Amino acid sequence: MTIPVLLFASYADAFGARRILVPMPMPCSVRELVTALRGLPGGHVLPAEPLVAVNHEWVNAEARISASDEVAVIPPVAGG
Amino acid sequence: MADQTVSPGEVTHIAIVEREIDVGSLMARVTNAGIGAVSLFVGTVREHNDGRAVTGIDYEAYQPMAERQLQAIAAEACAETPSLRLAIEHRVGTLHVGEISVAIAAAHPRRAPAIAGAQRVIEVLKQRVPIWKREHYLDGDRRWVDPTASS
Repeated sequence: MTIPVLLFASYADAFGARRILVPMPMPCSVRELVTALRGLPGGHVLPAEPLVAVNHEWVNAEARISASDEVAVIPPVAGG
Repeated sequence: MADQTVSPGEVTHIAIVEREIDVGSLMARVTNAGIGAVSLFVGTVREHNDGRAVTGIDYEAYQPMAERQLQAIAAEACAETPSLRLAIEHRVGTLHVGEISVAIAAAHPRRAPAIAGAQRVIEVLKQRVPIWKREHYLDGDRRWVDPTASS
């Protein structure tokens, strides 16, 4: 199935979209999703372990993603 | 005997806004008769960064997560500091030099916890809240700021 992934700032610019649909076997890990993203056009901007949030909470690379989750891949933050 | 009533801390207001930040209104959200000190941290857009002339900044947020993380940061501070009252606003959109990007109002019966509360929130905000800024330079270039990059 495909999982929607939210992108922001420099990552949105690189992928040319603020939301992309990524085909993934479900459930999958954050690490597997990031590997898939890095293979897409624009994915070269992602580090091996970018910041990722699931349902508005920070998660690590081993976290599991389910079909109903809101997933966001997040560039280095610069608030303030 | 305690000289004051100990009440739990309280997060009175958290918002990501697209309008100008009114510091007076924010301060009014944390003051009451028991407060003896309000510490205000106000972040503004400055005209230089890393030696380049800046004309403005676009701020972008992952709004629901940013508000959730701000709430969590403020709640953690209030859990550790009884009687602390916090209100926070961060602006998004295009800001010009001198405009306010973020304001934190921290109130307490005593000054030291108020000052420490405001400082703690801005330091953690910069680490944990999904907000980004793209600087506009005098030469027309625009660039997303990456605090993790070595310049």
